[in-house]
Amino acid sequence: MAVTTYSGAEQYNFDIVKKFSVMSLVWAVVGMFVGVYIASELAWPFLNFDSPYFSFGRFRPVHTSAVIFGFGGSALFATSYYVVQRTCQTRLISDGMASFTFWGWQTVIVLAALSYVMGYSQGREYAEMEWPIDLLILVVWVTYLILFVGTIMRRKQPHIYVANWFYLAFILATALLHTFNNLAMPVDLFSMKSYSLFAGTQDAMTQWWYGHNAVGFFLTAAFLGMMYYFVPKQAGRPIYSYRLSIVHFWALSFMYMWVGAHHLHWTALPDWTSSLAAAFSILLLMPSWGGMINGIMTLSGAWDKLRTDPVMRFMIVALSFYGMSTFEGPMMSLKEVNALSHYTDWTVGHVHSGALGWVAMISFGSLYHMMPKLWDTKIYSAKLIEWHFWLATIGIVLYIVAMWISGITQGLMWRAFDEFGNLQYSFAESVAAMMPFYAMRAIGGMFFLTGTVLMTYNMFMTIRQGKRESAALEAKLAAKMAHA
Amino acid sequence: MEWLMWFSKPENTKPLALIIFFVTFMGIVIYVYGSKKRSKQLESYRNIPFLDDQPGEQDGTKDKQ
Repeated sequence: MAVTTYSGAEQYNFDIVKKFSVMSLVWAVVGMFVGVYIASELAWPFLNFDSPYFSFGRFRPVHTSAVIFGFGGSALFATSYYVVQRTCQTRLISDGMASFTFWGWQTVIVLAALSYVMGYSQGREYAEMEWPIDLLILVVWVTYLILFVGTIMRRKQPHIYVANWFYLAFILATALLHTFNNLAMPVDLFSMKSYSLFAGTQDAMTQWWYGHNAVGFFLTAAFLGMMYYFVPKQAGRPIYSYRLSIVHFWALSFMYMWVGAHHLHWTALPDWTSSLAAAFSILLLMPSWGGMINGIMTLSGAWDKLRTDPVMRFMIVALSFYGMSTFEGPMMSLKEVNALSHYTDWTVGHVHSGALGWVAMISFGSLYHMMPKLWDTKIYSAKLIEWHFWLATIGIVLYIVAMWISGITQGLMWRAFDEFGNLQYSFAESVAAMMPFYAMRAIGGMFFLTGTVLMTYNMFMTIRQGKRESAALEAKLAAKMAHA
Repeated sequence: MEWLMWFSKPENTKPLALIIFFVTFMGIVIYVYGSKKRSKQLESYRNIPFLDDQPGEQDGTKDKQ
């Protein structure tokens, strides 16, 4: 193995990492605010203001795109550029290409949000962007792929560290998924509207092949890459088992591709297809838990860090939520459980235990570790990290408990029959029964958002502190040089 | 091309797929855990994230450059 000590910004391109880190926090606040707003609309419908521009249907994709692609995507760009440079001990192959991915990606998020509010959507979950935006994503993503692979090819370290395998799988799989899911025919060259190349059941299957693999590769594999670098770094000890990480990688990458059809149980999709997806979903529990155990056991012998280090606490709680949601997911993919859970709020709760508990918490932990290093300073306030941790954790618990109760109640009300064989409850009655839980969910979201705002303030002050320290150091050096 | 029809029957392709995937998985597991020398080599890669640390980076005692 090659051993090199780095000399900071000259050796690596940290400027691009800084930009993406900052935008990640900006999109986190924006996306989570919109999330809280639409959750509040469901609890207090007057917030719709009888305007299409404020409606749940238009704001919901703004929320999902801002948090998944804005916050999560920017955090992944930032950490992948940081990790690939430090573990390959080489600079990104092109500063220009890196800059293009930054401006291109931010443009995508802004255009997507504007187009949704104006009513443009191709109606595909997590891929609502219309065709011109899809093409821009494709160009940005191919540039990202070239940049990442090119940097790996130029590495000084002979072995490619496992975090980079996960990042690369995420980049490759996302390119594949995005391309095939968005095959569409525009109505006109100057029209935003397009229609999918697929029809009927095939269209639904393509959509969920994309949808679940977006969860699998964008929201899981990529963040596992983050975990495999930042958990050992924050713990100050190497990953528990490198061999387990290899088995984890191959098993996870192979199995995720098969599970999308479990979103289409009890539909026109052939029964064997969704059964196969359910079987692979169950199998997926093993690599998922293997990865979780690998991450958590990295702390073996240093459990006291959980008491003393709030950043470590973010990471370990993230891994615990990863374990919980990867148990819940396979369980919900069983046809009998799915018959109760599907189309209910239970699904929404499950998604958020993964998205908030795993994705957001591991991102927060990684950003808390990385950002002070980028600006060569210490965290502005450790106390604020503590506050953030508890606000986020209480927020998630409120959210998922509300959705469990609400979802199971919905499922049971929809399937209840009276003595004459008629449906016992009207749909409106089930909606009315949900109201207290919708309020509870919105309050959970407010807790989580408040924590994110605190983090953004803490990081803003950290950056300012780093800049001041650098300026003071430069002035001191200049004074020394003048006296010499 | 008649032989290709064999693949169109699920009763043939299911066990075939099972064999291919099981053998591949076992191959990976044997590769990873099968040899002490290779295991030692693979486990040495755990330290890669720490190889380019600046002095004092881990314990927070690093001076500003």
